[in-house]
Amino acid sequence: MIFKKTGFTLAASMCLLLAAIPQAQAGELIVSGAASLTNAFKELGTAFQATHPATKLQFNFAASDTLLQQIAKGAPVDVFASADQETMDKAEAQKLIAPQSRRNFVGNSLVVILPSDSTATVKALGDLKQAGFKRIAIGNPASVPVGRYTKEVLEAAGSWPALEGKMILAQNVRQSLDYVARGEVDAGFVYGTDAAIQRDKVKVALTVPTQKPISYPLAVTAASGNAAEARQFVEFALSPEAQAIFAKYGFTKP
Amino acid sequence: MGSTWTALSLSLTVALWATGICLITGTGLGYLLARWKFRGKDIVDAVLTLPMVMPPTVLGYYLLVLLGRKGPLGSWLQSQFGINLIFTWQGAVIASAVVAFPLVFKAARAAFEVVDPQLEKAGRVLGISELAIFFRITLPLAWRGILSGALLAFARSMGEFGATLMVAGSIPGKTQTLSIAVYEAVQAGQDDMAATLVMITSITCIAVLLAAGRLAPGQVASR
Repeated sequence: MIFKKTGFTLAASMCLLLAAIPQAQAGELIVSGAASLTNAFKELGTAFQATHPATKLQFNFAASDTLLQQIAKGAPVDVFASADQETMDKAEAQKLIAPQSRRNFVGNSLVVILPSDSTATVKALGDLKQAGFKRIAIGNPASVPVGRYTKEVLEAAGSWPALEGKMILAQNVRQSLDYVARGEVDAGFVYGTDAAIQRDKVKVALTVPTQKPISYPLAVTAASGNAAEARQFVEFALSPEAQAIFAKYGFTKP
Repeated sequence: MGSTWTALSLSLTVALWATGICLITGTGLGYLLARWKFRGKDIVDAVLTLPMVMPPTVLGYYLLVLLGRKGPLGSWLQSQFGINLIFTWQGAVIASAVVAFPLVFKAARAAFEVVDPQLEKAGRVLGISELAIFFRITLPLAWRGILSGALLAFARSMGEFGATLMVAGSIPGKTQTLSIAVYEAVQAGQDDMAATLVMITSITCIAVLLAAGRLAPGQVASR
């Protein structure tokens, strides 16, 4: 008798659990953004909701390639904003985005940062070869755009082989920033906008010109259940109000 | 492919060292709490079991703050010995050992509590030293329980990801264990690499468990 009761209770609980999984609802937008957009997008979200009260925004931040993998494996994302063109190109090649909705919305800069209590100076990339720099944080080039920008720049300067042994690979740009802020590494490559977030714990030693300009694209996903609202968000990101928010965080024009 | 074998040997090295540390500390503390009555024993037990309950990332954060360059233990190690554990495989060993410790500790304590104290008393009556009692009477009777705890600890260390990633980072060839390599491969969209790594990890774990099953064959209940 007790087994029948237990069995029934178990079955009922499982049904409740599965039924509770929410279906995509109209009026709810899931936006996957590159890690460097975390602070700016959150403020953008508040501004967007002020003018579009019927839409509920949910943000998901990670390295751009991670976000791409999630979308490729079927995550219910409506808007995808990546930190480089390459990731968005991959998304377009895999037919994961609506190509006509793709827009470049901000630009950024690549900087070398040091812990704020560091006494070292970096006048040129070659300075990082000095013995004083034992550990340098960069995003993993295989999955993080800032890592790819860094690798391109270092390869062009001929410094990549010499510095490769010092590299500490981070999962996303904010982790590189954290490593430098904690003083666990001697230097790090992040975006100018990230350095500004922790300006009390890190200082910018050098702004590095990149091989091609850093330009962030965003697009509506092909499988979006709320395409109309998603397009509204994309348009909003290009509006003067949104651009002013981005400029506040140090982003440049696309 | 070379990086795969490096990741495997790294995972095995870290797991073996961590299990070894857990065996010594877990058995010692398990014996202490099994035999010694004192006030606050339950609280001590709870604190020692805590790493099993805490999310690995929380543990990783505590370890990072403790062992980092600016942390209390980390700065002391840096100034006294010039050692920095962050981003090293030794740091990965410590993270795995902390995470897996409760598995050996709990199993050891339970195993020691089941050993009949009369047998130990008999040893004392016969005049052998306390140390001999432990190694010749208590431990042989408790070793099955401790071994099962050690196996769990080894498996836990092989699969340890969150705390290790925070403390040791993901440096290919130095601290990128199999579990971290799988994560990185998936993130980079390298599904083939991920599948290979997962296969290797699974085969290794099954092999270890089979080998351990040989060492401690199940006992048939006697009538």
